[in-house]
Amino acid sequence: MASESERESMEFDVVIVGAGPSGLAAACRLMQQANEAEQELSVCVVEKGSQVGAHILSGAIFEPRALQELFPDWAERGAPLTTPASRDEVYLLKDAEKGQKLPNALVPKRMHNTGGDLTRYVISAGNLCRWLAEQAEGLGVEIFPGFAAQEAIVEEGVVMGILIGDMGVGADGQPKDGHMPGMELRARYTLFAEGARGHIGKRLIEEYRLDAGKDPQHYGIGLKELWDVPAEQHEPGLVLHGSGWPLDKHTHGGWFLYHGDNQQVVVGLIMDLSYQNPWLSPFDEFQRMKHHPVLAKHLEGGKRVAYGARAIAKGGLNCLPKMTFPGGLLIGCDAGTLNFAKIKGLHTAMKSGLVAAETVFEAISAGDEGGQELTAFTDKWESSWAFAELKESASFGPAIHKYGTVLGGAYNFADQLLRGKLPNVHDTTPDHAALKPASEFEKIDYPKPDGKLSFDKPSSVFLSNTNHEEDQPCHLKLADPELPIRDNLPEYAEPAQRYCPAGVYEVVEGDDGKPRFQINFQNCVHCKTCDIKDPAQNITWVAPEGGGGPNYPNM
Amino acid sequence: MKTVVAVKRVIDYNVKIRVKPDNSDVDLTNVKMAMNPFCEIAVEEAVRLKEKGVATEIVAVTVGPKAAQEQLRTALALGADRAIHVETDERVESLGAAKALAKLVEEEQPGLVILGKQAIDTDNNQTGQMLAALTGLPQGTFASAVDVDGEKVQVTREIDGGLQTVEISLPAIVTTDLRLNEPRYAKLPDIMKAKKKPLDVKSPADLGVEVASKVKLLKVEPPAERQGGVKVGSVDELVDKLKNEAKVL
Repeated sequence: MASESERESMEFDVVIVGAGPSGLAAACRLMQQANEAEQELSVCVVEKGSQVGAHILSGAIFEPRALQELFPDWAERGAPLTTPASRDEVYLLKDAEKGQKLPNALVPKRMHNTGGDLTRYVISAGNLCRWLAEQAEGLGVEIFPGFAAQEAIVEEGVVMGILIGDMGVGADGQPKDGHMPGMELRARYTLFAEGARGHIGKRLIEEYRLDAGKDPQHYGIGLKELWDVPAEQHEPGLVLHGSGWPLDKHTHGGWFLYHGDNQQVVVGLIMDLSYQNPWLSPFDEFQRMKHHPVLAKHLEGGKRVAYGARAIAKGGLNCLPKMTFPGGLLIGCDAGTLNFAKIKGLHTAMKSGLVAAETVFEAISAGDEGGQELTAFTDKWESSWAFAELKESASFGPAIHKYGTVLGGAYNFADQLLRGKLPNVHDTTPDHAALKPASEFEKIDYPKPDGKLSFDKPSSVFLSNTNHEEDQPCHLKLADPELPIRDNLPEYAEPAQRYCPAGVYEVVEGDDGKPRFQINFQNCVHCKTCDIKDPAQNITWVAPEGGGGPNYPNM
Repeated sequence: MKTVVAVKRVIDYNVKIRVKPDNSDVDLTNVKMAMNPFCEIAVEEAVRLKEKGVATEIVAVTVGPKAAQEQLRTALALGADRAIHVETDERVESLGAAKALAKLVEEEQPGLVILGKQAIDTDNNQTGQMLAALTGLPQGTFASAVDVDGEKVQVTREIDGGLQTVEISLPAIVTTDLRLNEPRYAKLPDIMKAKKKPLDVKSPADLGVEVASKVKLLKVEPPAERQGGVKVGSVDELVDKLKNEAKVL
């Protein structure tokens, strides 16, 4: 929008995109090292959410290993880890009524959340990030919520920083009153920590072919709700996981239900985006799932207080791209450091941030002017415990994709006994290519929500506190605007209507009586599922005006 | 002319309001807070007056908990020169805030005080008027245009029948309505600079005022949930329902 001359520019030593666990861990570690060495260092974190934590959503059970390394005194500093996971239950749901609790011995060890030397905690990732942001600011990091990185500045093949999106551009693309051209934030090194399917990360992976020789990344969509429950049915620290119903045998995923603090329970469903049936609606699967007696008994009599959804990069080591390129690093879920076998990613994301910070600081303090490819990162990362974890679990997801939940689970059980020594399993079909024509399946009739345990999409999106300035260009870009109605509708019954957890995409009848594809971008909860699952890869998610999107509380 | 702008930290307008399970108050845990939108308009107006050369110094002030300093920093990033925080953890209502503000006006001796016409949390629409009464200064409320001319200010007010323009002498109190201006976005370098601008913290005791509310909050209840509608088959059925069920005919 703005001409070159209008753009202001600022320079930092390090710019970090995204105030999530990896970005903030990196920011804190950079500053800790600089303070210890009594060296000046300018570190800036930009965050597209209106505040830190506004866009983050995770289960979450947290392994404090990386946090312990960063702040050994985290307890004294008041880190929001207040509810130790106290009891583990794992279920296999057979149908809408029956469920079987699995004996502990049959549950893969990596999925255990209690026992062992390390206490895990039921936490809110949003609150963890808010606390990390306070620590970072205390150390001297500049954090700017409400500023969305729009693209990387690449000059002669080197990433030189980022461009912030303009503020105050109308739907017609013209500047409005109060228009503010986005700034250039230049840095010696830029760390991209946008989370799963980051829109800049995606372009960097393409541009630098970071995924060469790797399997395509695999994703899941995670839907989550936060509930206030009656005191008598609240057991802080109780952790439930399960799989099976309501997902069919070709659709992989699982659910979680954790009892946190303050009489709150979180419940969620993670569904692999490698599903085949275009009639599937992750949102409706989640809603009906809550009616199963195993889950319902924890929620009944309670009140839903928040809803959200987010894609998860769950491919693991086989899909982990190269994380270095000239001038920067890709860290956390932006690269895909989540350990799906443990269903945990916060600790490995943070660890990747710590390793990145150590690498960058070492370079800068040795006089590096920036713009190099920090290959030293790779060695450090590959010798870290986080990488060892990912290596041990490399086949977990692919085995389930390939052999199904039962046989794949058996593989995983054996593989775990052998500590990752079985031959590696690969899944080379990208998630968007897994979809089969709608005609091969019967349309799914989902039950109507009862308004007590299950709800419709509009009332759910309402609880994500999502807002976008209405008068701005749509941030969901269609490469071919005709494709949804021309190809996707007849072939796949336009699956965007169903995979979008926020009701952004609708097929409505136009004035001419013909179907029309409508995008309600104001509803977007920034989960990135459309960018991943559209069968023609026709939808590109870009950042809207900074500050827009959900305003999650303690999600 | 020195200009004082009062700002308030309130629950963000995007957030769905929730009542605590025990109905004791609105639940503010883990909820996003922001500057009251009408206060943003007040800050913007002060900044525009400074850009026009009318205002010389802008002092942003607030009464509230420690966290309210975030909103003062926002005002500083938008163009205020310095800030004063009257820190209290008490539940402050209009009169308490107005008393503290009156003391600050006495100390600062501004030519103009700009406030939002109301805060979106309790929607009282009182503080500006109370401040005018306590200080004895003239007031121009619900401003949709503010025009300072020498020792006078013309305030165009949004009233039920249309617009009313009043002329009052300075120093004066002005409260802002929605259409006064479109607030700007804070620039990133200005946010950085705002961290270094002076921010004084005072206690109500320093000012010699009592800000705690005299009103006891007994109970907060959310509005009754809307009942689902029904489709009627005919006009007769509709009339019947209006007569016998809704009893509005």
